[in-house]
Amino acid sequence: MFKVSPSLLTLTIFFPLFWGSLSLWLPNKWRASFFCTFAFLGSLITCILSLFLYQGFSGETGAFEWVHSRLWLRDFGIYYEVGVDGMSLWLILLTTFFVPFAILCSLPSVQKQVKSYYFLLLALETGMLGAFASLDLFLFYIFWEAMLIPMYFLIGIWGGKERIYASMKFFLYTLVGSLLMLSAIFYLGYEQVVQAGYHSMKFSDLLQLKLEGGYFFLNPQNLLFLGFALAFAIKVPLFPFHTWLPDAHVQAPTAGSVILASILLKMGGYGFLRFAFPLFPQAVMYFQPLFMGLGAFAIVYGAWIALAQTDMKKLVAYSSVSHMGYVILGLFSLNESGMMGAYYQMLNHGLTAGALFLMVGMLYERSHTREIAAFGGLARVMPWFCVFFFLVTLSAVALPGTSSFIGEFLILLGAWQTAPFWSALGASGVIFGAVYMLTFFEKVALGPDGKQKGMGDLSLREIGLLVPLVVAIFSMGFCPNFFFSKMKSSFGRTQQIFQKHF
Amino acid sequence: MMGSSAMVGMVLFPWMGFLINGLGYWFFQSSSHQKKWSSAVAGSIGTLCMLFSCVLAWNFFFQFLGLPAEARVLEYAGFSWISLGKLQVDLGLRLDSLSSLFVCVITLVGSLIHLYSIGYMKEDPTPGKFFAYLNLFCFFMLILVLGDSFPVVFLGWEGVGLCSYLLIGYWYQDQAKAQAGKKAFLVNRIGDFGFLLGVFLVFTTFGTLAFEPLKHAVLNAVGVERSIQWICGLLFVGCMGKSAQIPLYIWLPDAMAGPTPVSALIHAATMVTSGIYLVTRLNFLFTLAPWVLHTMAWVGAFTAFFAASIALCQRDIKKVLAYSTVSQLGYMFLGCGVGAFGAGVFHVITHAFFKALLFLGAGSVIHGMHEEQDLFKMGGLRKEMPHTFLMVALGWLAICGIPPFSGFFSKDEILGHAFHGSWGLWALGVITAAMTAFYMTRFFYLAFLGRSRHASVHVHESGWNMLMPLQVLGFFSVFAGFLGIPHASWLEHWLEPILGLSIHEPNGMEWPLMFISVLAAVLGMTWSFSKYRRFDPCEAQAFPRLAHFLEHQGYVNEGLHTLFVVALQRVSFFAWSVLDIKWIDGFVLGVSSLATQLGGLFRLLQTGVVQHYLLMVLMGLLMSTGYWMYVQG
Repeated sequence: MFKVSPSLLTLTIFFPLFWGSLSLWLPNKWRASFFCTFAFLGSLITCILSLFLYQGFSGETGAFEWVHSRLWLRDFGIYYEVGVDGMSLWLILLTTFFVPFAILCSLPSVQKQVKSYYFLLLALETGMLGAFASLDLFLFYIFWEAMLIPMYFLIGIWGGKERIYASMKFFLYTLVGSLLMLSAIFYLGYEQVVQAGYHSMKFSDLLQLKLEGGYFFLNPQNLLFLGFALAFAIKVPLFPFHTWLPDAHVQAPTAGSVILASILLKMGGYGFLRFAFPLFPQAVMYFQPLFMGLGAFAIVYGAWIALAQTDMKKLVAYSSVSHMGYVILGLFSLNESGMMGAYYQMLNHGLTAGALFLMVGMLYERSHTREIAAFGGLARVMPWFCVFFFLVTLSAVALPGTSSFIGEFLILLGAWQTAPFWSALGASGVIFGAVYMLTFFEKVALGPDGKQKGMGDLSLREIGLLVPLVVAIFSMGFCPNFFFSKMKSSFGRTQQIFQKHF
Repeated sequence: MMGSSAMVGMVLFPWMGFLINGLGYWFFQSSSHQKKWSSAVAGSIGTLCMLFSCVLAWNFFFQFLGLPAEARVLEYAGFSWISLGKLQVDLGLRLDSLSSLFVCVITLVGSLIHLYSIGYMKEDPTPGKFFAYLNLFCFFMLILVLGDSFPVVFLGWEGVGLCSYLLIGYWYQDQAKAQAGKKAFLVNRIGDFGFLLGVFLVFTTFGTLAFEPLKHAVLNAVGVERSIQWICGLLFVGCMGKSAQIPLYIWLPDAMAGPTPVSALIHAATMVTSGIYLVTRLNFLFTLAPWVLHTMAWVGAFTAFFAASIALCQRDIKKVLAYSTVSQLGYMFLGCGVGAFGAGVFHVITHAFFKALLFLGAGSVIHGMHEEQDLFKMGGLRKEMPHTFLMVALGWLAICGIPPFSGFFSKDEILGHAFHGSWGLWALGVITAAMTAFYMTRFFYLAFLGRSRHASVHVHESGWNMLMPLQVLGFFSVFAGFLGIPHASWLEHWLEPILGLSIHEPNGMEWPLMFISVLAAVLGMTWSFSKYRRFDPCEAQAFPRLAHFLEHQGYVNEGLHTLFVVALQRVSFFAWSVLDIKWIDGFVLGVSSLATQLGGLFRLLQTGVVQHYLLMVLMGLLMSTGYWMYVQG
């Protein structure tokens, strides 16, 4: 059998950056399709590398596997430490799975500065993989910020008309959150020195800290949690920190939107699960009602606003707010069903929203408009497109058999056990979600055609982009156990922390 | 003895039909607009698949007949769908005496309607798609009645809703039809909301979602009365959506936008009865929730009455039948609500036959008259369409409740039980029976009797493949009632494993009650005959205001449109333009402009004049020296 070296994880993380920097040596004047293919190849290799990660992952104990640890900055106890457990595994796979799609979908639309575009996409992949694998809080912060820079340029250079405004808003919004997180990380490092007597930023060391004392609300746990939570809530994005998202989505190029929706937003939910929950369990329980309420409200609120949209990308963006509300609702129900459902919902939202943005991009490339009113009756003109569109719509409205059903069912079931009222409010999202999604589908695909002339049906490349996503959506809908089996023990560990405190 | 694999085969045949027709349609038709995958090919495949399924279903039924009551169960464990701690959901199927009845009806009526559709959809440009959807519907319907746990039933429940959406909006280029499909889906979603919450509550109360363990858990549980009330109430909301009860019935009349075979199969015979199926399946829960049953009975009775009153004045042939379906579904819930689940199921079966027959008959008329649906433009079709006329007459007599046609027995059974529940329910039921007889006679008279009002249209009788299903359904409409003859009801005996022993205490009221309901039906028919014998569409109505009100379906659609649709649009626009843009985003932008202004303030210090900087250094020096001296001193 193929013997893999222990630092395969490091290789997977940095391979995209390395491959991307290779392309920088190539002459600018080469054709766009060449750079696209080159980058696509790199992302495919990364994907294969991550499959080896999967193959060697047992997931039985819930401990970190593939750990690669090196001391980085001795004086501050900062390590380069990465590892994979059940929580990061599927998000890493989602990332390596999705970047090839993002690269391939850019082929027709990206014409200027092609070389740096694909380089930035690959650099972004390294940032995301690193953030999902980091086991040192400082390292995590570095990767967290490193994702920001390529995304900023992707929106700011290849975006739409108001790209500068959108990219600045995106950057500043996210930065505000992450700076608070940085100060919270520093405080944790300081406590580490005080309590343990030596410097360390390692997650495993910081977990041992005892954060107690303070007055009822103003205790260190609560404040530190809020520092982390703001960064994560902005990323998710949780109501009311979501207003950067519609602007960023609308202005970003298709690939940017796809990656933003399917992977970057997951960073927020992942951050809660990985860092905020185990580090500050008491604070999490203190703020549980607030966050469940916000999550449930976000579901309904996002769905309402999505209904009022006339721009397709904005509609999908607000639908993300709604769907990510489920994630927060599930995470903060703090039981197995809720948390695993939330995690599943993150994977599923990645697929569904990613597919929707891809399809909006396909329509935009044909008609150069994203106004919903400019379309109608596409089912006749573009039957293949509408088949895919409909299948993805089914997933967006959480029909049983699609992955969203599993996610939302588990989330609402979990939330019901903790807070039936918030669960019921969230469950009303099954109505409102169907309202905006079916209205969207109806306005675009049904009715008399003839509003748009000369819209060709999907090309082979586009079908190739959509088929794997649809297959993934339905297989996740029928075989969730396959995914759960590798996650269970890791989630069990997190859950034990809370059971101790109950 | 056929095993569980044959049961899986029974479910999978329609699925195969869906796949073959879907792929055939894709490969031969969707790329080019030429018609290659014809109605004959697609329809034969679809019908054959349903027929196989039907044969298997009836085979199981006869097998069960030969077995003792407690052995009439066939289980297929399936595979684990969701497995997470306490939550264990298997994709398992379970055939017992209740589901075998439903399966027989679904596959039989399904096969007939598939056969019928071959002729009906002959002119349609995309028959492959139609038959694929229809097969898919039957597949999900079988899952619904065979599922052995809530999630599996919900899979079928949502699946049939999906197919209903697709088939109502089958002619999607007509915006109104597409919207009717959407409306059906969304109104059903309101029901699903209740369904889901009910399922959650079942899980938190009893710790299981499968029906058999649930039955045991309910028997052994203590102190869960309140939860059971809530569970049943929430699940009933789901049933109200699917089975079109007030106030969630509004989607069903609009659903008539779909092709007529679809209305017959989905919106009369099968899907809309799944609410009654679920209530009967969970009768062990519902009997513990008397308040919910009480509400159910009244909702059912009132729905029956209200829908029948609207049906009195409809001109569209399919709208009459649609409201009639709503009304009959109300009867079924009335039966379940007074605890007579068996009577409810009995009416489901007879209704499936005679309403499918009536719809297919109406379809035959519509087809023969080239898509004419206005009753006022028909008349005298008896001569041009003699076979259709004869069969529809059977259905008409059955629904009116004339003995010994099937509808008489099942309706009488429900009314008899209702009388023991509350005489108010019974009275409402009898009045509705008279109204039913009235509007169905009106329907029958305006379409088939009297003089012809369609001089310009050339009418033709339908072909054999459309008439044959009518004849089979006609046979069952006449004879299905003998399944449940009072006092010797085979059906009640059959359902004992599910519903328990039924105790009958003859109290001498059966015959007078039966007499009254037949009298009501005859009165309704006679009045209708006398009124429409000299029918003139131009003539003024007897009660113009009331008739106008009823003709416009009670203005319920308009009212609900303003109350909910417009309100939701307003709310969503407000949330977006005011909450989101003005307040939240305004706050964010306010913070950023505050930062800019602060920066502007500090810029005043940065004059670039060296003297100013020196002055500040000097002042700083002085101040820190002063502080130091203060501390020292």
